[in-house]
Amino acid sequence: MKIKFIKFIIFFIIFFVLSIFFVSLNKDPLYSTKDLEGEKIQDISLNHFSKNEIISNQDLKKNKFTLINFWASWCAPCRLEHPYLVKLNKEDNLKILGVNFKDKKQNAIKFLNDFGNPYDYLAKDTTGKQSVNFGIYGIPESILINKDLIIVKKFIGPLTYNDYIKIRGAVKNE
Amino acid sequence: MLSSIGNFLLLLSTILSLIVIYTSFKNLNEKGNLISKNLFTICSLQCTFIIVSFFTLVFAFIISDFSLVTVYQNSHTAKPIFYKISGTWGNHEGSLMLWLIILTIFSFLFLVSSKNKKKEFRIYTLIIQNLLIICFLVFLLFNSNPFGIVTPVPKEGLGLNPILQDPALAIHPPLLYLGFVGSSIYFSAAIASLLTNYSGKLFVNAIKKWVLLSWSFQTIGILAGSIWAYYELGWGGFWFWDPVENASLFPWFSMTALLHSLIVLEKRDKLYFWVIILCIITFTSSVAGTFLVRSGVLNSVHTFANDPSRGIYILSFLSIMIFGSAILLLKKIKSNNFVFNTNSKETFILVNNWFMIFYLITIFLGTVYPIFTEVLSDHKISVGPPFYNTVIIPVVVFFLIFMSIGPQARWIKNRFDNFKQIVSILICSLLINFCIFYFFKSYSVLSNLIIISSSFLIISSFNDAIKSIKKNNFNISRIISHSAFGFLILFIGLNHNFSIEEEFNLKIGQIQKFENYNIRFTNLNLEDHENYKAIIGEFKVNNLDKNFVQILKPEIRIYEKPSTLTYEASIRSNILEDYYVTMSNIDRSDYYNIKFQKKPFMIWIWISVILISLGGFLRLFRHENKIY
Repeated sequence: MKIKFIKFIIFFIIFFVLSIFFVSLNKDPLYSTKDLEGEKIQDISLNHFSKNEIISNQDLKKNKFTLINFWASWCAPCRLEHPYLVKLNKEDNLKILGVNFKDKKQNAIKFLNDFGNPYDYLAKDTTGKQSVNFGIYGIPESILINKDLIIVKKFIGPLTYNDYIKIRGAVKNE
Repeated sequence: MLSSIGNFLLLLSTILSLIVIYTSFKNLNEKGNLISKNLFTICSLQCTFIIVSFFTLVFAFIISDFSLVTVYQNSHTAKPIFYKISGTWGNHEGSLMLWLIILTIFSFLFLVSSKNKKKEFRIYTLIIQNLLIICFLVFLLFNSNPFGIVTPVPKEGLGLNPILQDPALAIHPPLLYLGFVGSSIYFSAAIASLLTNYSGKLFVNAIKKWVLLSWSFQTIGILAGSIWAYYELGWGGFWFWDPVENASLFPWFSMTALLHSLIVLEKRDKLYFWVIILCIITFTSSVAGTFLVRSGVLNSVHTFANDPSRGIYILSFLSIMIFGSAILLLKKIKSNNFVFNTNSKETFILVNNWFMIFYLITIFLGTVYPIFTEVLSDHKISVGPPFYNTVIIPVVVFFLIFMSIGPQARWIKNRFDNFKQIVSILICSLLINFCIFYFFKSYSVLSNLIIISSSFLIISSFNDAIKSIKKNNFNISRIISHSAFGFLILFIGLNHNFSIEEEFNLKIGQIQKFENYNIRFTNLNLEDHENYKAIIGEFKVNNLDKNFVQILKPEIRIYEKPSTLTYEASIRSNILEDYYVTMSNIDRSDYYNIKFQKKPFMIWIWISVILISLGGFLRLFRHENKIY
């Protein structure tokens, strides 16, 4: 009886693990925003970089456009795109939300002191978990959303001059 | 042209595998203890065809035949010939081809090298191996065909990802696969053993060298991946607990457990079913690892292009294998009650197995936990180094202590007549730790324990060596592997505690000072290479204590195909430490971001792993000599 029970348990565990794998195959592994242009972004809840506050959907609804930019001081390509962010910061219709990804606070502050701070809001994601929810593959990545929180465009990798022109165009047309 | 040849050969091999199975069954019913010559001929033909089809693919890469999708997507005419060849297995289809060729060669080698074994056992092993070969051939032909074609034929290929263009990574997959696929032999042998009751010492004799071979290659393959990560990824680390790295560890742990419990089966004829279970776990965990990496259910820096259909195939294959072998095992398993004396070599080896299974389960859970939470609660989490470091490192301390005492224990009933010796070794290791702690730098309690227990293992192994030389039964492989493992943990511990890391921005001509170093950015050069351009910085690192100057030249490489920037670390290794400098550009500024690291004993970490694996290889030869 006891042995039968053990056998049953073993089979059950194997069956359970394998069925989870099968189910996971059909699941989109990430909340990927890559193919989601035109869709509404999921609920946002990010910790503020320095204050004990949460940045949420409500904050972003106030803006005509928001560019969510994922960056870190240790990320070299982030330095490449940084000047464009600084320029974009001058656009009236656009606010920039920076999400500092798996970074040390003092390094991040130094980075912004050295190269300028283009961010209207600054959030931190020390563990990298929240960025995963946005479907971030690697940093830098940026997501442009409008006031209805609909994704207008997603940029993978550093923003280039062309991206900068695109963003400026999209924001100006409004 | 090459596509047709490749496909034809794969198809022919599939038919031959079916013929092998048919002939094997026919041969089983015949009298006599000899395997028919026909079977040898068919197997050697099958092996030849698969080797030729593999080299057809290699050839397509060498001549840059872009009519093949695989070549088009992963190669480029401007690539050096070495990376054209290694590009063959740097992608999903090609790596499956590599898997297949090793599987076939091994199964042929098993057939020819097992002549003194029972016929039924050999034939059943061959049948199971061929079932595995057929599964891979079908997967290759219908899902991941390396010989698929593109029309019209592109003029130029897309190129191989530059970070994969590295010598360590070129040899990493073949070495690792020798380990993974080597385990298929004892999986098949285990099933055959259950079917034919070929058990005990005879079974050990049949699989021991395969276990040693795959274990040694697996060890060295993991090392190659680790060295690649250290040199190429530019983070200065060598292990990141990435799902793919973890996948290569699953079979390593069960192989290590198997290696040790085989000794008990050989000497005491106990633990037979446990050995069978470990054989099955080793191969299924290799396949499970492949599934996790290839199907895209996990996200990792290494993941190949995701395609759920691949996942379904591998998972179905895995499920059939697991359920099939589990049903057979549960049918055959007998509960043979044996009691080991708590203080005996057998118990120590069992303890080793518990530790290995503990590590295997911990790492497996850590790796698949994110999948579970996502499916069950729609919650995405990532399990990172903190989890592994917290769970695994404290347990290592106990493991090392058991590992130190175990080898000297006696079979059946041990007496602690060497108690005084153990205490004096312990005092020695406490002293070593105290010296490091007092004269160099203080570190955490856990680090203290790690350094004490690893020194304990090293000294015990040396003591073991001296004793066994006196008794004239010197087991060089065990002593090398065990002491090297002690050194590995010791050096990792010291490396962790004595590393220095500094990050700063500099422009040409400037100097940065910190601790007892000053670093001068002396020069910047631009060089043109065959397939990339390089911006090379020159840094003079001056150690003010020793008045010792070194020049380091980190690079920023600009690849055209595919267009990518990579940051190449410049590393100066010497016996005691590595200096590691990476540089990245800051746009529209004369400043460069410099990361300087001093990493002590890196070279000794690599050497320790090589020695661990060397122990396995040496044992292989000793074993061979005994038989013939």
